[in-house]
Amino acid sequence: MSYDVLVIGGGPAGLSAAVNVRARGRSVLVVSNPAEENPLWRAEKVDNYLGLPGRSGAELLTELRAHAERSGAAFREGKVLSTVPMGKEWYVSIGSDMENARAVVLAAGVARAKKFPGEAELLGRGVSYCATCDGMLYRGRPVAVVGYTESARREADFLRSIGCDVTYFARPRTCVITGEDAVRSVTCDGETAEVACVFLLRPAMAPTDLFPGLAVEGGYVTVDRKMATNLPGVFAAGDCTGGPLQAAKAAGEGLIAGQSAAAWAAAAEKEG
Amino acid sequence: MLKHLTEETFDTEINAAPLAMVDFWADWCGPCKMLAPAIDAIAQQYEGKVLVGKVNVDDEPELARRFGVMSIPTVVFLKNGLELDRKVGVMPGEIFTQVLEENL
Repeated sequence: MSYDVLVIGGGPAGLSAAVNVRARGRSVLVVSNPAEENPLWRAEKVDNYLGLPGRSGAELLTELRAHAERSGAAFREGKVLSTVPMGKEWYVSIGSDMENARAVVLAAGVARAKKFPGEAELLGRGVSYCATCDGMLYRGRPVAVVGYTESARREADFLRSIGCDVTYFARPRTCVITGEDAVRSVTCDGETAEVACVFLLRPAMAPTDLFPGLAVEGGYVTVDRKMATNLPGVFAAGDCTGGPLQAAKAAGEGLIAGQSAAAWAAAAEKEG
Repeated sequence: MLKHLTEETFDTEINAAPLAMVDFWADWCGPCKMLAPAIDAIAQQYEGKVLVGKVNVDDEPELARRFGVMSIPTVVFLKNGLELDRKVGVMPGEIFTQVLEENL
């Protein structure tokens, strides 16, 4: 189904964007990892969120999410893997599925763009970011899953269920992927596995991997006062645009990005 | 017109076309679904000039193996039956048409 706005990320920035898109009467889909995987979820106490002092990160996120749900935002759990502009819309792939929208708000938090040695070179030749996409190509063969979230464990279970022989590396600090034309092995924190494929399952894709051509500065997405990026119809809010990495700042930016995205969608609709 | 290629038809179809573009896909692959409208549009745009084909890697594992497809979507370009380029992953349709224009 097609939406006016698709929001990537279910933290304060993304949820605020969603509420404000709905306030303008536009449809919105929020795509995010489970709330428990949001770094804010683990914050013991957030004391500087105006009007709601003393909440734990989990309590705050739960209230924000409930607000966005009441506003009529649609939700979908999953990780956005790639995007592509098609005519006047953005197509967004989520695991093994896709959605499309007139405008996108990127609010996926901080994702480090630093790659492991061998990762970029062997991408598509045994390095994969999506178990449900590429798993079937490796049935009956040894694969490695480098996982940083609970969802990654579920993806590893999926790979086992379709007949892959899975070695699971839980949150390694560093990995080196080797092979010439195709992946041969991966070594994570000193442990080596001979595999045909390495699934790298991080909490989020780096913004520049998600949006080829996206302007960034010092690792943060470049935005103007309307939270518009250099790409048409793409807005950004929250930690991905830079510090301070705090909930109140994220919610404020989310408000602007949501309104800008809603206005973009309205204009696009008018143009036809 | 878009052609769904199988192991049986692949070589005959490809050898008969001076220029071909083949999309390796599967229906459990989200990025492949994203690419589908672009592939359809290219098939129409280059009707009669380029053979635009699709190979379902689930139905045709041998073809996927033969072309060393390790991630989908993978789009392979063939001139007179020989591979001249390939693009892995989702990208805008212009990337594909650029390869076609350079090799028509």
